[in-house]
Amino acid sequence: MEFTLKNFIFYGFALMTVASALLVVTVRNIVHAAFSLMVTLFGVAGLYVFLQADFLAATQVIVYVGGILVLILFGVMMTSGRLEMRIHVERGQLLLGGIVSLALLTLLLTVIANTPAWKNLTDDGTELPPTTERIGELILNGPFLLPFEVVSVLLLVALIGAALISRKEVRE
Amino acid sequence: MTLQHYLVISAILFTLGIFAVLTSRNAISILMGIELILNSCNLNFAAFSRFMTPPEDISGQIIAIFGIVLAAAEAAVFLAIILAIYREFGSIRPDEVDTLKG
Repeated sequence: MEFTLKNFIFYGFALMTVASALLVVTVRNIVHAAFSLMVTLFGVAGLYVFLQADFLAATQVIVYVGGILVLILFGVMMTSGRLEMRIHVERGQLLLGGIVSLALLTLLLTVIANTPAWKNLTDDGTELPPTTERIGELILNGPFLLPFEVVSVLLLVALIGAALISRKEVRE
Repeated sequence: MTLQHYLVISAILFTLGIFAVLTSRNAISILMGIELILNSCNLNFAAFSRFMTPPEDISGQIIAIFGIVLAAAEAAVFLAIILAIYREFGSIRPDEVDTLKG
């Protein structure tokens, strides 16, 4: 594989994603873990750009980094008053969890390396047209209209449910 | 860049997410693990959509967008439950929330 600028940037994003994800699970301070998660999400957005999924990359940044991560930070701040901001880990669980995760990773990598249909599928570097317009067509005027409506209702239900669960109970 | 590059990155993210869910003793870091898992899943959808289908077919990307929406809904409900648990128990360590345990 030749080392072009594009490859260099791709490996940079890949390394950034994997390294910060490793930090998310190993760092002891939960606020640091949340900020590492932000770097991971940005890295995944960069990988989406390499997959020529421009709308998906923008959505990833807006929804994950702008929405979910802020939600997580709020959750950290509202629940760590008396609790120190440390992530408790037990030794035995660390060992067992490590073994299970390593076994899983080995399994996944073996499958990825040995599936014939997935081999030699290279990105030929052709530029695809931007996806935003086609995604709008497919969602609002195509086969994804029904899932779109269902997901809208689901979001509404989640919103009402979250407000209902987290409010203070008023006793008469 | 081949399909397998993306699949390997996604497998690593998935494994780290599983590790976080299995080992951490704090509900919020469990949530972060779940977000990692969902991200690896979305990355797989986008990668398969790019490499395994004709270029004009972007259904995989739309599924990934739906995945992001579901992750947002899940995070909102998860944090609402965490807040309710914190108010009730004064802690968000999952093994201390054991009222239903016989």
